[in-house]
Amino acid sequence: MTTIRIPTPLRTYTDGQTTVNVTGSSVTAVLNDLTQQYPALKNHLFDGDELRSFVNVYVNKEDIRALNGAATAVSEEDALMIVPSIAGGA
Amino acid sequence: MSVLSNDEIRRYSRHLILPDVGLPGQEKLKQSSVLVIGAGGLGSPVLMYLAAAGIGRIGIVDYDVVDETNLQRQIIHSTSDVGRPKLESARQKLLDINPYLEIDSFEVPFTSDNALEIMAPYDLVIDGTDNFPTRYLVNDACVMLNKPNIYGSIFRFEGQLSVFATEDGPCYRCLYPDPPPPGLVPSCAEGGVLGILPGTIGALQATEAVKVLLGIGEPMIGRLLIYDALAMDFMELKVRKNPECPVCGDHPTVTELIDYEQFCGMPAHDHSDYTAAPALNGQEAEEKTPVPQITPIELKARLDQGESLPILDVREPHEWTISNLETYGAFLIPKGEVLEHLAELDPQKEMIVQCRSGGRSADVIRELQKKGFHKLLNLDGGINRWAEEVDERLPVY
Ligand SMILES: [Zn+2]
Repeated sequence: MTTIRIPTPLRTYTDGQTTVNVTGSSVTAVLNDLTQQYPALKNHLFDGDELRSFVNVYVNKEDIRALNGAATAVSEEDALMIVPSIAGGA
Repeated sequence: MSVLSNDEIRRYSRHLILPDVGLPGQEKLKQSSVLVIGAGGLGSPVLMYLAAAGIGRIGIVDYDVVDETNLQRQIIHSTSDVGRPKLESARQKLLDINPYLEIDSFEVPFTSDNALEIMAPYDLVIDGTDNFPTRYLVNDACVMLNKPNIYGSIFRFEGQLSVFATEDGPCYRCLYPDPPPPGLVPSCAEGGVLGILPGTIGALQATEAVKVLLGIGEPMIGRLLIYDALAMDFMELKVRKNPECPVCGDHPTVTELIDYEQFCGMPAHDHSDYTAAPALNGQEAEEKTPVPQITPIELKARLDQGESLPILDVREPHEWTISNLETYGAFLIPKGEVLEHLAELDPQKEMIVQCRSGGRSADVIRELQKKGFHKLLNLDGGINRWAEEVDERLPVY
């Protein structure tokens, strides 16, 4: 099972789960599995079929934009992180 | 002769005996200048630690006034400062910590018109702002002036830290090319924030500032720290410089400051006269359409006349426990669950929708209007305004 870490702002949509186990052999596939498990996440991660540009996805600390984008291969040992931009500071 | 007086040498003795700082390092700090944008949650610990550390000159940009709700986290301000300008309160606190400090106060919103001029004299910039337009503005101005940007950001129990806009390092736009559409990401005022969180992230920003100024250690250039206070986990991710970055890339397309409120589709501060441009179509613009309103006093008058008006409270359960209108028959369905409970609501009947201050309830009304509900009224100003104008026994939060 590949694990995805859910960031604080999106935990509202995963029943408070901090990590979710997903299956799939690419970033697209595991994210599809994730949004099938938690459909409310979909609008927050995707704009149509495209990953929203303020939502970054990392496979083992590396930004998928520096790898193969949404087609980046994912194995069972990989850890994924979703990191949306946050602006708080006051 | 040192630029430090004997009194200062005594004050900084723990730095002077520190191998990587020493007298030359402390003199360097004394001759350094830092601009801190925002004297709030992040700005408080940043300012206090930089003052104590002996930075020679600190500029502060903030036009806000200290408010009771700031005190849970903005530790530079105290209860006796409520109502004072933050700059005054911060200045007094900082000079009490370190009288050898020079402080420049900029009591203005930080905008595209004044950013470059304010920033130019400083060695380094600390981003302690609280909104996307100002964060993109700070980034772009730092890239254009070659000033390192010590970035920190917080939400609920989670924080981010990085160092942007150094000579060969990436910038904020390399990490996040575009801001989120308005309304999709809640602010701390809406989502809450652990009061200690800005302390943790702010202390890290101050640490990075000192490292960059002294040229010691390995600053967070090209790295993003994610701090999860609940798990007590610090995670590090890579940030690559984007050769196609519109500001710091090989062929920049943004070469002067732009209108960041327009770029982000949201106002940067309460004094802003920005209103979202009416787009031809598209969800974001549609979400901005006004909804029918009722003031707390008007609602109270109608309820007093014996009218039967259901009140739908769309806040979260933990907010309901702080204050609610249950005595008037209010019932709770959190914003995110309203669509699942449509069958329980009568589209033919007039109904009040209410939240904390009127924003979420307006969103719910817009959604329900699409489902055929046309008799909904938004409680203007939410339960907080009700507490202020109708029932003073209720707390404002
Ligand atoms: Zn860049």
